[in-house]
Amino acid sequence: MKANANPKANHQILILTYGIVLLFIGLVVYYGYFLQVKSDSVINNSYNARLDSFADRVVRGEIRSSNGQVLARTDVDGEGHETRVYPFDSMFAHAVGYSVNGKTGLEAQSNFYLLTSHVNIIEQVINELSSRKNQGDNVVTTLDVDLQKKAYEALGKRNGAVVVMEPDTGKILAMVSKPDYNPNTILSDWNSLVAEENTSGQLLNRATQGLYPPGSTFKIVTALEYIRENPESYKDYVFDCDGIYENGDYSIKCYHETAHGHQNFTQAFANSCNGAFSNLGLMLDLSGLRNTSEQLLFNTDLSLPFPSNRSSYIMAPGADTWQILQTAIGQGQTQITPLHNAMITAAIANGGTLMKPYLIDHVENAGGDIIKKFVPQAYGNIMTAEESAKITELMQAVVTEGTGSALRTDAYTVAGKTGSAEFDKNKETHAWFVGYAPADHPKIAVSVIVEEGGSGGKTAAPIARSLFDLYFSR
Amino acid sequence: MINLIIDVSRYLMILLIALYTYLNFRYFSFQDDKRKNSICRRQNILMFLIHLLAYGIIWLETEDERMLVFYGAQVLFFFAYLFLYRLFYRNRSKLLVNNMCMLLSIGFIMLTRLSFDKAVKQFTIVVVAAAITCIIPFIIDRVWQLSKIPWVYGIGGVILLGIVCVAGTTSYGAQLSIGVAGFSFQPSEFVKISYVFFIATMFYRSVSNRTILLVSGVSALHVLILVLSKDLGSALIFFITYVFMLFIATGKWRYLIGGTVGGILASTFAFQLFSHVKTRVAAWLNPWSDIAGKGYQISQSLFAIGTGGWFGMGLYRGMPRKIPVVEKDFIFSAISEEMGGIFALCVLLICLGCFLQFMMIAGNMQAVFYKLIAFGLGMIYAIQVFLTVGGVTKFIPSTGVTLPLVSYGGSSVLSTFIIFGIIQGLYILKRNEEEEDQYES
Repeated sequence: MKANANPKANHQILILTYGIVLLFIGLVVYYGYFLQVKSDSVINNSYNARLDSFADRVVRGEIRSSNGQVLARTDVDGEGHETRVYPFDSMFAHAVGYSVNGKTGLEAQSNFYLLTSHVNIIEQVINELSSRKNQGDNVVTTLDVDLQKKAYEALGKRNGAVVVMEPDTGKILAMVSKPDYNPNTILSDWNSLVAEENTSGQLLNRATQGLYPPGSTFKIVTALEYIRENPESYKDYVFDCDGIYENGDYSIKCYHETAHGHQNFTQAFANSCNGAFSNLGLMLDLSGLRNTSEQLLFNTDLSLPFPSNRSSYIMAPGADTWQILQTAIGQGQTQITPLHNAMITAAIANGGTLMKPYLIDHVENAGGDIIKKFVPQAYGNIMTAEESAKITELMQAVVTEGTGSALRTDAYTVAGKTGSAEFDKNKETHAWFVGYAPADHPKIAVSVIVEEGGSGGKTAAPIARSLFDLYFSR
Repeated sequence: MINLIIDVSRYLMILLIALYTYLNFRYFSFQDDKRKNSICRRQNILMFLIHLLAYGIIWLETEDERMLVFYGAQVLFFFAYLFLYRLFYRNRSKLLVNNMCMLLSIGFIMLTRLSFDKAVKQFTIVVVAAAITCIIPFIIDRVWQLSKIPWVYGIGGVILLGIVCVAGTTSYGAQLSIGVAGFSFQPSEFVKISYVFFIATMFYRSVSNRTILLVSGVSALHVLILVLSKDLGSALIFFITYVFMLFIATGKWRYLIGGTVGGILASTFAFQLFSHVKTRVAAWLNPWSDIAGKGYQISQSLFAIGTGGWFGMGLYRGMPRKIPVVEKDFIFSAISEEMGGIFALCVLLICLGCFLQFMMIAGNMQAVFYKLIAFGLGMIYAIQVFLTVGGVTKFIPSTGVTLPLVSYGGSSVLSTFIIFGIIQGLYILKRNEEEEDQYES
């Protein structure tokens, strides 16, 4: 037999064996990570037909508000027929969603939890022996019934959306969208809801998927970009407003052509002077404005656990004057969802750190033991703390001396921004208000839009006021 | 009541296979044969228990008497196989025989659940393969001539792969098999073995630069034909095996490093060149963007694994058949979905145990030829397991290879039996030598 050409062969075999073992360990760790952490979000997918079969063995669990009130439950009659009941009718329609003809809202998002049972083993055995289904887990949300009710009533018969968030956690306390539907009767109403001649879009959750021109609420972005370009001297900006700002052939009107007169930077923001901000837009570095917008998550999938539309910011460097004048004041092609506007506002309130919005606080079994707890997660810093302080100062001025007068009160301080977004020359503007309170130590942030509501200060701001009043009266 | 029995059995099976897997690794820590033997006996008991529980569930779920007959046939087979091996080969590696039987039984269980007809077909092939390959250790021990015919291996392999490349039937974008007398036959499964033999025989003779160049050329030809057949999973296995064997034969790190760099370049090139590679990589990076199309298979696989969770849905309680080719490339997902993530991980670890046993045998062999054979076949096995499990769990892009002994497929089963038979032969050879030495001294 020949001598070995490689005396170190066994040693090297050992090294390669270790290499392969390491690969396998990597695979095992990844596999465990997938099962333990990733799988919930993966399998809760409408393409996963497996979940439907869970319903054969489990009674769908309840969806509850943060203080345990039932938002959706399944009643089982003597013959085993199941009915999904929504005690608040349409009040939580879009937030909770429905569970027939497909699933939406929390019914879709938490489908897996609702159809998974963690009742204790003894009960499982008893159920098994008496051939009863196990009770599915209950999902406890972050939703606050009082705030939701207030927002729902304040919006009244008008179309629009309200989002209420906790800036330091990202918890969504209320989410209302109108027009709505009654999830209890959705099956019988279905045909009219999806009928072709029905253009009101009751099934659409405007809070997360409605795209609106941001109007003057976009001045937050324009102001932020101007502050970034002129960190020391931004307050030196002055503008004389006579109600209509003319630039060549173009003219930009202030709301109702109000002449604001001599305006410094803070006043122009507080009074929402279109002339001042259009003019200021022309001085901005357009790629900078685009970068700032995208940093604030325009043109970005929000990648939340529930469906949401992308807000869009179109203007690119080289845009013509008209487009710049329009974009700087939130008109033109820019579009935003109410939820996204709430997120930007909440980030300003939270020192520039955006917390991921979330709706599920925890999942518990039928006996009340916590199965899974969701904790606040940071999305990242979308501006510096210094910048957020500067914007806060501007937004406080909106309330103390500008268009946000509806929120003036001694009970708490508010930072906000109104908007009256034009979308059709022949129709009233959409009324916006975004803001948070207390201004120095924010606890709650809101985003309100009333479609064709006219002035943001007159229509949307009072809705925010009623929410703040309720929140701080408790 | 039946549900209760099924649920309890499901957890029991997980416990039993965990115990089996534990023993599989505990085995390596013992030196004396007595304790090793006792471990192997316990493994046999565990295997039969798992097998019994699984078929109990299958029978309760299907209420089909054929299942009982099929179960009986399998038990008979396993007893016969274990007994005959013991009779013929006193010095066999019991661990390896046990692991083969364990993996086969899991394959039977899963295939029965997926398709009774396929399971029966698979069982028939296994019985034939087991009978044929039983004599392999005997041959290895006596026929030294196996090391003298490198060109039979080399040229034979190239010709076989060439035929598939030209005349093969296409499935999932790759030419994999040829039809012979009504049977679909996948030559690359067997060429894997002749390929390792070719490299081992050549390097056993010499590792001169001339030989290295020659072997590299022939190996490259193998890989190239596989790439042309678009069987990239096999191409990858062949390539890595060659680089590793070259490294072990010569002991020179530069070959290992050069080979790795070359492999990365070649993969990039393949990515640019082949649309179905791009598809697979895209489906790997983000299967969710096209769930209904390109990402369908992998997302169904992840749904299956994720929905099953650690403890599984229970046999017949999942929807493994939603995954295309589940009984071949994606059998691991089906196991994970219905028998549970822990069970599936145990299967993976049992495979790893086989690999470690292969490498220990490679380390113990004194003759370079045998050492290279054990090492090469072991690597082929390990890489294949890694590619299939990594692929279905989205750890790496899916390459479309089978899980040896578990997946459905005659060629795969037969070739794996041959591989295990050869390794078993080497082990027996070594043990016999040791015994003779003891006797002489």
